[in-house]
Amino acid sequence: MADIKKVATRASYGEELVALGAERDDFVVLDADLAAATQTGKFKAAYPERFYDAGIAEANMVGIAAGIATTGKKVFCSTFAMFAAGRAFEQVRNSIGYPHLNVNICATHAGISVGEDGATHQCNEDIALMRSIPGMTVIVPADDTEARAAVRAALDFDGPVYMRLGRLAVPVFNDPDTYEFEIGKGIVVREGSDVTIVATGLMVAAALEAAESLAAKGVDAEVINIHTVKPLDEELVRASAHKTGRVVTCEEHSVIGGLGDAVLAALAADPVPVRKVGVNDVFGESGPAVDLLAKSGLDAAGVERQVLDFLGK
Amino acid sequence: MTDQELARVANEVRRGIVTGVHAAKAGHPGGSLSIADILTYLYFEDMNVDPADPRKADRDRLVLSKGHAAPALYSVLASRGFFPVEELETLRHIGSRLQGHPNMNDTPGVDMSTGSLGQGISAAVGMALAAKHWHEGWRTYAVLGDGEIQEGQVWEAAMFAGNQRLDNLCLVVDHNRLQIDGSNEEVNSPMPIADKFRAFKFNVIEVADGNDMAQVREAFQAARAHKGEPTCIVAETIKGKGVSFMEDQVGWHGKAPDDEQYAQAMAELEAAGKEL
Repeated sequence: MADIKKVATRASYGEELVALGAERDDFVVLDADLAAATQTGKFKAAYPERFYDAGIAEANMVGIAAGIATTGKKVFCSTFAMFAAGRAFEQVRNSIGYPHLNVNICATHAGISVGEDGATHQCNEDIALMRSIPGMTVIVPADDTEARAAVRAALDFDGPVYMRLGRLAVPVFNDPDTYEFEIGKGIVVREGSDVTIVATGLMVAAALEAAESLAAKGVDAEVINIHTVKPLDEELVRASAHKTGRVVTCEEHSVIGGLGDAVLAALAADPVPVRKVGVNDVFGESGPAVDLLAKSGLDAAGVERQVLDFLGK
Repeated sequence: MTDQELARVANEVRRGIVTGVHAAKAGHPGGSLSIADILTYLYFEDMNVDPADPRKADRDRLVLSKGHAAPALYSVLASRGFFPVEELETLRHIGSRLQGHPNMNDTPGVDMSTGSLGQGISAAVGMALAAKHWHEGWRTYAVLGDGEIQEGQVWEAAMFAGNQRLDNLCLVVDHNRLQIDGSNEEVNSPMPIADKFRAFKFNVIEVADGNDMAQVREAFQAARAHKGEPTCIVAETIKGKGVSFMEDQVGWHGKAPDDEQYAQAMAELEAAGKEL
């Protein structure tokens, strides 16, 4: 995938907000002094009167979003994943989750691919935190095409949405002309028979690349893109798992409480061996994002190694 | 309604509070009784609400940021006709529409789910912001406890509301001076309250007796007329107001009366009601 176009999903988000802003004016966008980084700044530049900056006060921003949503109007609010899911967790739970309000929390800079800012800003726990809230939909787009579709779908979705977006530019592998997005529906992006790789976010492209290398070594991997971690497309996961007999989950998130655990829970009643690939219950560190991903085994080579080891090859 | 008529309703509301908390065998009577007059004034005199259409789009909103005073909100809503007064006896029971803290999806007339202190004010700010943004004329009220304003989020919200000049927003601080662990001063003084809100660009109205209907009326009329800034009404109230043994007693923050205490409380309130 060396020559493939790369786009950060945060950029997709900002651009899709601008596109939606041209179509309708029934929503506003909130940020907490990170508009330039989250890319809501693009919307702010296009529609300054529809953008509100809460300043460095994420708890209040989330609460304001909840209040707006009670009126039936739509709202996106953004900050880094660490501060949306982390700092404002209880506000998200009590002010958005409990009343089940239509707030779209679009959190950027998730995972270790934040890079140089280091552990304080690398949120590897947000999927776990958000999926623990009843009624919360958790979406992790894998590329530009999917992120744009997800932002569009979230706007008219009934119920709170947590969308996890990244800082790092990642390969665009979904064709915008044919891609179809439906919240809660996983996508088989590569069919195979020896092992199922269930991936989310930027790990989908890594899994696809790994699958190609594995094919050259005689391992036929099925790759499933789970863009909606909650509610999980359990039926799709179960069917593939029972077809191949082995599952490797891949996420740029702690192995505790994320996609891997969701898949394990889905398979618990009729078990299939599962290996979880993710951030191994450690804090991140500073460094270039690509190097950090490689160091953590969260790149194509890392996925390939894990699959081969898991299959005893 | 006249001040006297409103005072009679507030007396009925107090009986509903005591009845609900007694039936629940738990709850927060002190901070409910302190705010009974203000909530009565708002729902019976000031706010545009319709019990037959609790979610009508142009209604005025109220967020009970001090959500533990739910018995007061429920009692006012019941008296106003949003649901039967008899339902107050189901407070905090399994399956009841009257949860321990307010939930907007359970109870007709409740505009926001609250209970975790410091959060309601942000939602109220969001409502006021939405009304401004989409040019709608309704107002938003948020009722806060004086202990609650120790929460940092309150000041995040106040800073934003002041900067956005949300003059369709009116806060009420129920200044009964007591919180769970003792007096405000003993715990962690939020005083001076009025000066703090002035510094956050609020129009501040201080009410010497927030349990006096004439003073309450005057304050809210002035708040409604004030343009260009949000208003914060700091109302001096008495925790447990109307029940002699609960008044100004920190121990009645979160405790239900037993049967004997309930009978005495109701007798006192009924006697007071007859004098109105």
